[in-house]
Amino acid sequence: MTHPPTTPLPKLEARDLTRQADGKIIVDHVSIKIFPAEVVAIVGPSGAGKSSLLRLLNRLDEPTSGTLYLQGVDYRETSPRELRQRVGMIMQMPYLFPGSAAENVRFGPRQRNEGLPDAEIERLLARVGLPGFGERDVAKLSGGEAQRLAIARALANNPEALLLDEPTSALDEDAKAVVESLLEEIIRSEGLTCVWVTHDRAQAARMGDRVAMMEAGRLLRIGAPEEVLRA
Amino acid sequence: MLNHFFTDPITLAAAQALVAGLMALGMMLIASWSGIHLEKEIVIALLRGLVQVVAVGAVLLYIFKGPALVGFVILAAMMALAAKTAEKRAKGLPGAFKVGLYGIGVGAGSVILLMTWAGVIDTKLTALIPIGSMIIANSMNATSLALDRFQGEVRSHIGHIETALALGAAPKTAVRPYAQAAVKASLIPRIDSLRSLGIVWIPGVMTGMLLGGSQPVHAAFYQFVVMAMILTVSGLASLISTLLMAGYIFTPAEQLAIGVQH
Repeated sequence: MTHPPTTPLPKLEARDLTRQADGKIIVDHVSIKIFPAEVVAIVGPSGAGKSSLLRLLNRLDEPTSGTLYLQGVDYRETSPRELRQRVGMIMQMPYLFPGSAAENVRFGPRQRNEGLPDAEIERLLARVGLPGFGERDVAKLSGGEAQRLAIARALANNPEALLLDEPTSALDEDAKAVVESLLEEIIRSEGLTCVWVTHDRAQAARMGDRVAMMEAGRLLRIGAPEEVLRA
Repeated sequence: MLNHFFTDPITLAAAQALVAGLMALGMMLIASWSGIHLEKEIVIALLRGLVQVVAVGAVLLYIFKGPALVGFVILAAMMALAAKTAEKRAKGLPGAFKVGLYGIGVGAGSVILLMTWAGVIDTKLTALIPIGSMIIANSMNATSLALDRFQGEVRSHIGHIETALALGAAPKTAVRPYAQAAVKASLIPRIDSLRSLGIVWIPGVMTGMLLGGSQPVHAAFYQFVVMAMILTVSGLASLISTLLMAGYIFTPAEQLAIGVQH
């Protein structure tokens, strides 16, 4: 692929990405480029296909047509496990694994037989505002703490891009604000490329460099937050 | 009392069956007075059970005169039927018949062969068929239980499984805790029955041997042998079928193939 020198290679690019399941088109020919260190917020009514698009981006579901490029490489040329390690995902619920906080942080690297030194685990926990939580039983964490641990667990994989599926919508108001500003700080300081799905237009305006609007599986508009959200 | 009236063993057995059947009909009448109406079901079940078991008895009468090979052919057919039954229980899981057949075939097959080779199960068809069928039936129950539980565990942990995949885990790693829980759940009833053996109940084989005039200690040892075989076959069948199924519920691109469509 050739690019004009002024256009950087997109970190993630979907081209006519489509998914059909049970005879229904869930994601309909979506084409989108997400550039390095960019945050694209996706908004739209429920059932618009926002989460379904996100699931295609780290291959939790299989596209029925179209393709996805990670750093210019077709997704089929990378193993699903490597793709998922490079494109991390934060879900609406933390889905912590039973055990300690440290065991959860270690999970991703352990899949590649990589150990994570205790100091690194502590650094990651401190990064999400949970210093000294390593030995804590995850069953005893609050909703906000659990979601912050899920973020540390995703970061332990050193992802190049992060997909966020309504990461604050299951939290109470206080925790929501804490988790949002924590994510913003991490994303900006690490220069992470993000796709952030939210039903909250104000959150999309706060977080997105660009905002994409989806409806009925289609990408209707994409552009500057104020333009897309005003329409 | 009956043996005063009947001397021919077959006539005596038929009379005993009649008395037992009438007793069950008596229970049915008591139930129907209490407003529990199962008359049709009970009458049909009694007649069906009687006809089926007598028919099998009649068939066995001829089969028992055949060579040992006949026994193995019959046991193989039983395994296929058992896999079919397990498949029904595992509705909603892909490849359930194949998975059940491997679990039951390898589990029950290896136990039957090993025990026959060791001389624990007699190659005489009068021993091979009833003991073999009991082993197969137990491997079927364990497989059904394990697959049913596995399906339940997976469906209630879709979020956890997909989170593990999203973190770069292999499918088998992502479902391991649920496969382990399923195998464990299928073994607990076997362990419990082995633990309470002799205290809470005297099971079928020992009862049958005692009725047939065997020495009690001899019957007791053989009952233990049967229970140990049942535990082994249950463990093997549920382990094999669950581990195989853990591979079947994912697509080649390592996506969960059962659950909600996104």
